[in-house]
Amino acid sequence: MPVERLPGVVTGKTADDLEEEVRRGVLLGTLDWAVSWARKQSMWPATFGLACCAIEMMSTGAGDYDLARWGMEVFRGSPRQADLMIVAGRVSQKMAPVLRNIYDQMPEPKWVISMGVCASAGGMFTNYAIVQGVDTIVPVDVYVPGCPPRPEMLMYGILRLHDKVQKEGRIK
Amino acid sequence: MTPEELVERLGSRFGDVSLAYGEVTVITSREKLVDQLEALKADPDLRFDFLSDVSGTDWPDNDLRFWVAYHLYSLEGKHRVRVKVGVSESDAHIPTITGLFPGADFLEREVYDMLGVEFDGHPDMRRILLPEDWEGHPHRKDEELGGVKTQYKGGAFIPPVDQRLQK
Amino acid sequence: MTTEMRPEVTQETMIINMGPQHPATHGVLRLVLELDGETVVDVKPIIGYLHTGIEKNCEYRSWMQAIAFVTRADYLSPLFNELAYCLGVERLLGIEAPPRAQTLRVMLTELNRIASHLVYVATTGMELGAVSVMLYGFRERERILEIFEMITGLRMNHAFIRIGGLAMDLPDGVDEKIREFLEVMPKRLDEYEKLLSRNPIWVERNLGVGYLAPERAVALSTTGPVLRASGIAKDVRKEEPYCGFEQYDFDVITRTDSDCYARYEVRMEEMRQSMRIVEQALDSLPGGPVMVEDPKVRWPAQLTVGPDGIGNSEEYVEHILGGSMEALIHHFKMVTEGVAVPAGEVYQVVESPRGELGLYVVSDGGYRPYRVHVRDPSFVNLQSFRDQVVGQMVSDVIAVGAALDPVMGGVDR
Repeated sequence: MPVERLPGVVTGKTADDLEEEVRRGVLLGTLDWAVSWARKQSMWPATFGLACCAIEMMSTGAGDYDLARWGMEVFRGSPRQADLMIVAGRVSQKMAPVLRNIYDQMPEPKWVISMGVCASAGGMFTNYAIVQGVDTIVPVDVYVPGCPPRPEMLMYGILRLHDKVQKEGRIK
Repeated sequence: MTPEELVERLGSRFGDVSLAYGEVTVITSREKLVDQLEALKADPDLRFDFLSDVSGTDWPDNDLRFWVAYHLYSLEGKHRVRVKVGVSESDAHIPTITGLFPGADFLEREVYDMLGVEFDGHPDMRRILLPEDWEGHPHRKDEELGGVKTQYKGGAFIPPVDQRLQK
Repeated sequence: MTTEMRPEVTQETMIINMGPQHPATHGVLRLVLELDGETVVDVKPIIGYLHTGIEKNCEYRSWMQAIAFVTRADYLSPLFNELAYCLGVERLLGIEAPPRAQTLRVMLTELNRIASHLVYVATTGMELGAVSVMLYGFRERERILEIFEMITGLRMNHAFIRIGGLAMDLPDGVDEKIREFLEVMPKRLDEYEKLLSRNPIWVERNLGVGYLAPERAVALSTTGPVLRASGIAKDVRKEEPYCGFEQYDFDVITRTDSDCYARYEVRMEEMRQSMRIVEQALDSLPGGPVMVEDPKVRWPAQLTVGPDGIGNSEEYVEHILGGSMEALIHHFKMVTEGVAVPAGEVYQVVESPRGELGLYVVSDGGYRPYRVHVRDPSFVNLQSFRDQVVGQMVSDVIAVGAALDPVMGGVDR
């Protein structure tokens, strides 16, 4: 039954009243959708810039190619406050346990973008010193190739990750 | 001082001096190394008071397999010299020059790390670039480059570059 | 409760790890600090978290391919790595790049110096709290990266300076873009100085912090702005000039205070001097080829910008495929095998933004480098970290690390 508690505000269960409410600015959706939307809208990256790709990541966060438009300009120093790890740069054998450590410190839900070919597959350094792809250490969601990838490429990778987060929509 | 004058000045006292590509190279032995570097530093005309670089090379076909090159520079005279010492594989020890040039600290550690040449008397002789428990010395010529086989389209694997090259 | 009242309570030092992942250490530098309260008793820099094996990788590639590896050592000044390597190999080959190539090399490297110092200002500002400087620094840097992209095709890690000259000539329209940049930049530098130079917080955090005596700096083989801020005017461009640096008019900036503030001043002034050099290079740019003529050495391709990017020009492709067989064979041999460099060794120095960058190139007469050693200035400058920081407070560690401006790619290679 439509009830009028406050003047002008009608709660309704009939179809017309629903339309009325939508017109007044109420959005309906599943909880999954809402939570995914919130998660992707302000994903906070943990600083994991290693080498040249880190400079391009900083350029992406700076003024010309702004990451703040997606709420991501806040690079958290502590992994415990972050939900995205952008592995930017070549991961050496000495750094690999540190990478896994930082990944483990991040709370769920967390995502990993592997930026650059060195992080994705070892890059041009097929040798003793570089881990041939960080997906041997941490699970990767999006791979962004390039040496280093242009800021636009990284932004495209981030947007694909946002799509992935939105579609996956699982609440843990 | 031009390289030619430098060769003249050095030749009488330091033995094996050569000039190539505009650079003066002095080849010495590890027993005389520290004294000769000290003499180069103290000499009033030469005054090599700045150490630029310490680097090691592996020549596996020689008796003296590991050659360490010390590059010195004079801030006043603006000339350079290279002092080379060779050691054999079985006795890969060279006295440290960190007493004369404290800047050789990290540089000597790197030569030890990459080549396996130990520097006696170094305050902190351990690996610097590779993990502490790494085995092997990568810059030796008999160590392989490492790396994994790369998979290309069609399922074909190609080995890392050092196994692909014909000698 | 003081220790006098409770003598069984001893004062111990605390060992804190500023791990490789830290927002304020420049890249993956690990510092193990031994602290007595807020005072630093000892610091051990632990490096090697970015060791890439660049030097060993170069031994398995041709002389020209090694440029792509060497360029990624010090990734904030890639053109300097390439320049030092190519100059070294050219000395071994006994050739000299044509004058136009040399002038363009000077212009590109000085622009790179400005870009690198801008990253210094940006990251130091961010680490010391002036976060907006980060955005301004990167805004200027983007202008330079746009110029690089127009000329070389890439924003970073260009592999543009080749053995014998450059990969390509300048495209049209770069001249105006560079001059536009040179007009705008001095005002931006004035903006930075207005923002920082007399800012009480900046001055408090930098003045008197990280003192490094000149004799100690020389003993530790420090070079670059750190040494010049201690009063010693060592600049490879003046003392052992390369690429025609004798003909350019610029000053070597020194200060005598030997602290972080002096290093900041040295770098700001160096940016202005670099702009002078770029302008002189642009005004005095000679005509002619950008690659040496000798067919046994020169990169055979004629690169131009085509519809899908940089590649061989149409006429050249026609010439080698349809024209002469010898040209095709020659092109094939030069690209796959490359040039054979006579046996010998050379130590080539250039003045990179961080100091004396030396490339020790050893050849055994073959088609591949025998040994390439990069004497990186940041690697050697890091040895002075301990001297500057012992006895200071923890927050000074950040200021000192920022003023040293190490690039871990060069430190670890």
